[in-house]
Amino acid sequence: MSTATSSVEPGSATRGWRLPFSPWHLVLVPLTFVLVVPMLWMVATSLQTQGEANRFPPVLLPHDPRIANYADAWHTAPFGTFFLNSTLVALVVVASNLVVCSLTGYAFARVRFLGRKALFMALMATLMVPFQVTMIPVFLIVKWFGDNVSPYLGINHLGALMLPNLATAFGIFFLRQFFQTVPVELEEAARVDGSSRLGVLFKIVLPLSMPAMSTLAALTILTSWNDFLWPLIVITSTDQMTVPLGLSYFQGAHQTNWPLLMAGNVMSLVPMLVVFLLAQRYFVQSVAGTGLKG
Amino acid sequence: MAEVEYRGVSRRFGEIQALHDLDLLVADGEFLILVGPSGCGKSTALRLLAGLDKPTSGEILIAGQPVTRLGPGERDIAMVFQNYALYPHMSVFANLAYGLRQRRTPRAEIQRRVRETAVLLDIDGLLDRKPGQLSGGQRQRVAMGRAMVRRPQAFLLDEPLSNLDAKLRTQVRGDLKRLHLELPVTSIYVTHDQVEAMTLGDRICVMSNGEVQQLGTTDDIYNRPANTFVAGFMGSPPMNLVAGEVRGGVVRVAGAALADFSSPDAPVTVGFRPEDLRIVGPLETDSVPVRIDVCEPLGSHVLVHALVDGSGAESSPTKVIAQAPPGTTYDPGARVGLTVAPGKTFVFDAETGRAAPPPTRERIATA
Repeated sequence: MSTATSSVEPGSATRGWRLPFSPWHLVLVPLTFVLVVPMLWMVATSLQTQGEANRFPPVLLPHDPRIANYADAWHTAPFGTFFLNSTLVALVVVASNLVVCSLTGYAFARVRFLGRKALFMALMATLMVPFQVTMIPVFLIVKWFGDNVSPYLGINHLGALMLPNLATAFGIFFLRQFFQTVPVELEEAARVDGSSRLGVLFKIVLPLSMPAMSTLAALTILTSWNDFLWPLIVITSTDQMTVPLGLSYFQGAHQTNWPLLMAGNVMSLVPMLVVFLLAQRYFVQSVAGTGLKG
Repeated sequence: MAEVEYRGVSRRFGEIQALHDLDLLVADGEFLILVGPSGCGKSTALRLLAGLDKPTSGEILIAGQPVTRLGPGERDIAMVFQNYALYPHMSVFANLAYGLRQRRTPRAEIQRRVRETAVLLDIDGLLDRKPGQLSGGQRQRVAMGRAMVRRPQAFLLDEPLSNLDAKLRTQVRGDLKRLHLELPVTSIYVTHDQVEAMTLGDRICVMSNGEVQQLGTTDDIYNRPANTFVAGFMGSPPMNLVAGEVRGGVVRVAGAALADFSSPDAPVTVGFRPEDLRIVGPLETDSVPVRIDVCEPLGSHVLVHALVDGSGAESSPTKVIAQAPPGTTYDPGARVGLTVAPGKTFVFDAETGRAAPPPTRERIATA
């Protein structure tokens, strides 16, 4: 006992003065501040009167929080329709991405076929092309689909928001990378056990890829929900608008109703917050390695 | 249960010839071991049989039917993987039942067979667990069970014991042998461990560089090695191989006459096993003069490492190992002689490494 205490004391004495927290916090805390302030400002503004919102210097805490801004925002624009449209587009895009990207990603990860490498390189190259470059060609393609295949896929329809996003190069790349980490022996064992290639994918690989699948789902929902530029180009009628587009309702040419705009923004954030909380537990852990030796 | 046959099977990976023209017939119910150093083609041979890889040329037959063009699931074989490859997201029960479910076996039958196999392997208390909650030995048994429950035509085992600790390995090795006696299913077992090879197999196929070096029983392989590779690979420690010569009908190493040998005078490679050596005084007639390197006491015996005088270049004399009774000690550098027990000298062609022609072997056998 006495030897233990005496051996500890000199050790702590030589160590000298130490920060009561990790030095990283000196970087992380200011960064968190930078990230959080706009959010708080948005929430604060959504509770202010228009007079307070336009004051300079800005008022951070509203004098008399005005909850009614939310109800006003909801009624000023057809927000119910916007939410429904956004949800519909997000669900279709997510479902299709999960199916198409997992099939394609698996093929790129495990199936040997002629030109696999070249095709994958081409796919990766498309990741480097900014959307602004492909915007007009995509617009023309979508227009062609609307004119020749189904009007529901064409300009000014929700289909136009779904069609170009049904599968993404990123999703294929992302899942391929994850599938490659699934031990190949598991797949071989399943094939010896009598599974087909697709059986292996659905019964072995996909259940083990839940972390990747849910991450991709969350990222896809987020991208789809927040997309502004593409809907702005293809959608003009109010009944086909998504939430981000609908928010521009509050932004007039001469005047912007900041409190209502921010109230709308806060409302549009809530579904994403829920998605993130639901998917979070999948981000954390992967179980793919536990069936192999310790 | 069925016999398995390789007919002229080759597999090439780019420039590397992993398997060269393999001809092999595994009898119904036989336990055949494929053994060799890593990269010798033994695992390739197994994967080709499983259908996980396709041969570059040749034909594989199971129960007389060509299966070369069938997928792994259509060959009715089961495989135990080195790392077990248990499905981590499924319970032990689901792992065992997976193959049966894939083959649309009736539910009641699946239940019955999984329980039966689990009892046989003593894993019936673990059926609800996930593989992550099992110990190494338990995982190994589940992997065995997953293969057995299907009652396949043949078992393929790819180094199934290599991930177990030494003690468990000895125990499971015994269990495997007993299981095979109870359920004599054709089994092909890949290992690089020659103890596993010698204890488990009905026959052993020693491979190197994609080719079969020798195929035979443990007795054949140990007592009648076909070439220097087999002699130097099997046995623990393996056979000593020393440059020598045949002169006047006598095999000589460093001047010492070891055995009569009726063949034309020629340089040869002479082999003798550590346990057939006796350490004698340095001046004893017909003893190989050596210098002691180190002594390794192992309890039951002592392994004496020595360097043959006057063999090879002075800078790199040939090493030999002799097995001596417990308590034997020598100072490093001490000079002693080695004599070989009568009839225990093996002669190999110095160039090809092949065992000397039959007359010698008869002589050895009768001696």
